[in-house]
Amino acid sequence: MDPKRSRNSPDSPESTRFPDEVLERVLSLLRSHKDRSSVSLVCKDWYNAERWTRTHVFIGNCYSVSPEIVSGRFPAIRSVTLKGKPRFSDFNLVPENWGADIHQWLVVFAEKYPFLEELRLKRMTVTDESLEFLATSFSNFRAISLLSCDGFSTDGLAAIATHCKNLTELDIQENDMEDNGGGWLSCFPENFTSLEVLNFASQQGDVSFDALERLVARCKSLRVLKVDKYVKLEQLHRLLVQSPQLTDLGTGNFQQELTPRQFAELESAFRNCKNLHTLSGLWDATSLYFPVLYSACGSLTFLNLSYAALQSGDLVKLLPHCPNLRRLWVLDTVEDKGLEAIGSSCPLLAELRVFPADPFDLDINHGVTESGFIAVSCGCPKLHYVLYFCRQMTNAAVATIVQNCPDFTHFRLCIMNPRQPDYLTGEPMDEAFGAVVKTCTKLQRLAISGLLTDLTFEYIGKYAKNLETLSVAFAGSSDWGMQCVLRGCAKLRKLEIRDSPFGNAALLSGLAKYESMRSLWMSACNVTMNACRILAREKPRLNVEVMKDDETDSRVDKVYVYRSVAGPRRDAPPFVLTL
Amino acid sequence: MESSVVYEGDLNLKATELRLGLPGTDEPEKQNMSSVRNNKRASPDMAEDGGSKGDSDAKNGDCESAPAAKAQVVGWPPIRSYRKNSFQTKTEVETGMYVKVSMDGAPYLRKIDLKVYKGYADLLQAVENMFKLTIGEYSEGEGYKGSEYAPTYEDKDGDWMLVGDVPWDMFTSSCKRLRIMKGSEAKGLACGV
Repeated sequence: MDPKRSRNSPDSPESTRFPDEVLERVLSLLRSHKDRSSVSLVCKDWYNAERWTRTHVFIGNCYSVSPEIVSGRFPAIRSVTLKGKPRFSDFNLVPENWGADIHQWLVVFAEKYPFLEELRLKRMTVTDESLEFLATSFSNFRAISLLSCDGFSTDGLAAIATHCKNLTELDIQENDMEDNGGGWLSCFPENFTSLEVLNFASQQGDVSFDALERLVARCKSLRVLKVDKYVKLEQLHRLLVQSPQLTDLGTGNFQQELTPRQFAELESAFRNCKNLHTLSGLWDATSLYFPVLYSACGSLTFLNLSYAALQSGDLVKLLPHCPNLRRLWVLDTVEDKGLEAIGSSCPLLAELRVFPADPFDLDINHGVTESGFIAVSCGCPKLHYVLYFCRQMTNAAVATIVQNCPDFTHFRLCIMNPRQPDYLTGEPMDEAFGAVVKTCTKLQRLAISGLLTDLTFEYIGKYAKNLETLSVAFAGSSDWGMQCVLRGCAKLRKLEIRDSPFGNAALLSGLAKYESMRSLWMSACNVTMNACRILAREKPRLNVEVMKDDETDSRVDKVYVYRSVAGPRRDAPPFVLTL
Repeated sequence: MESSVVYEGDLNLKATELRLGLPGTDEPEKQNMSSVRNNKRASPDMAEDGGSKGDSDAKNGDCESAPAAKAQVVGWPPIRSYRKNSFQTKTEVETGMYVKVSMDGAPYLRKIDLKVYKGYADLLQAVENMFKLTIGEYSEGEGYKGSEYAPTYEDKDGDWMLVGDVPWDMFTSSCKRLRIMKGSEAKGLACGV
């Protein structure tokens, strides 16, 4: 954006009026929605030019705006991204039928955006009827991505496959999808060849393999293929032979007794995949069959091993073949030794996620500890994203880790036993997170755990100046903690808190702040109905939604606060009270 | 004759059930109930505790003090449900107990999953079907009567044992491989100890 131009703002009558066509042509090159937001605030002309040229709209909270308002402002949208339920719904903290149903949006879009091409949804409820409606209402429809959604079954996928003649992307990730059989794959017409992305890894049943094979064979532009765990190794071989151009592969089950000849064939098929940069799936993989992958691992930048219960030795064998890894996801069965192998084999690693294999077994002592994390931090100085589930941690270890890796932008540490102190000193974990926020000045996202007092929150409020997302569970001692965060973190957009002793004073201290945030979630805290009512009354542009389990208790169980230009929800179920 | 059925959820029939025993004699069920309800508040004590800055005793917030019976908190650790589902199937595969089964005179071996069978009768029936033979009836004193075959297994110590002598669970945990012996060798095992 030319700074001179903004100085010649149309405040003066003889302002240089830029012809609309030229302005629109220039603005149509802008992709980032943040840039577009800025542009639209310059002046009325720019607002108009921007709204006519916007083709993609991103809506971070589906209830912050209505489909009517969106379509009223942006007439030329081709692609929509929508996010629905609060993030804690992933962990069963939001009851069923809470909302975030896509259907009403589709109805409006069918009228206002008949040329809609792309729809990307996260945490929304999508029914089969909606999918059928989608498939039959938009003749140009190309791409659908459903992440962490619920409400649909494979029948909905069948509707998409049947009707969307120009489909390039069908991306069904991590959803609660009901399985009514794998026949949906056979619904793609025989002359359908446009598919580029096919991801059905989260399906819980068989697909018709013949249909899949034929589909893969005729879609020559296919670059992303992620199958579900019912596809066997020898079937995978047949798929790879048809699609050596893949860049992103999700295998099925990786455990099957192969003859030497089958083994060699599979290895050869992988060798022919010269463009593979992402590999996932690998259900039940053991190191027995890793050698078939070695030739394809050289170009890998993202390896997702989080469905394979590997041991440290397996990683030691595999990782030296993957020197270009930037992102790695593993299960904690690899233990500290496995993490040491990561530290020594993956110097370019930028993201590490370690998931627990037995998260609900509280008695066992396996998994990873602080030493594994330290080992990774020593060998991977470029680490900036970490998600780490463990059963023990120390303040000193975290301090060392962030000293080795000061560039963290996302630091999500989950010590699985709630309120667990530093296991060596018995002290709270305050200093650990203090070190994180003091050292990692670029920190955008933080999830805290362990025994934490208000001191942690003082540190966060004082040092985490770039923090946008904070997740809190079983932490803090009093209202003061939450107040520090609300006062200190200027860029805070999403705050989600559960099972922490924050009450009315804390809630109301953020009165001036919530309109600058996307949302606030508090559950199992000490907030009462009165405070929620006060908040709702003082801030009419916020939606304050309360869920109470117990009629007699004045405390609310869950409160969800978010800014909205659409007013209170009209589809709230009976257990959600909008104040 | 009463069937003790535990209803998890709202229909707390157990509480209104008429019994002849003293109240409170069903400890395990009570604990189950509390863990299901536990998600409401992590600890009722915590609310009163508030205000103690830097108090490392905050850990007393846990309302379950019995170490063995730690109740599960809803949504904790924060793992998405699709990932939880994939674990369940994983452990099923992992604990499958495949053992080789050889039969004297057969050209190749077979493999079976001991976990699939409910007991000896089930197992032997399957073996009979697999190899098209009859094994006969087990008796403690005389082994397998009525056929020339005797099912044997190699245990953890490397010894060859007659199938059927020990309880089923002990058998499945110690069995390394099965062998169906035939003819005169079998007779040796069929004799009493």
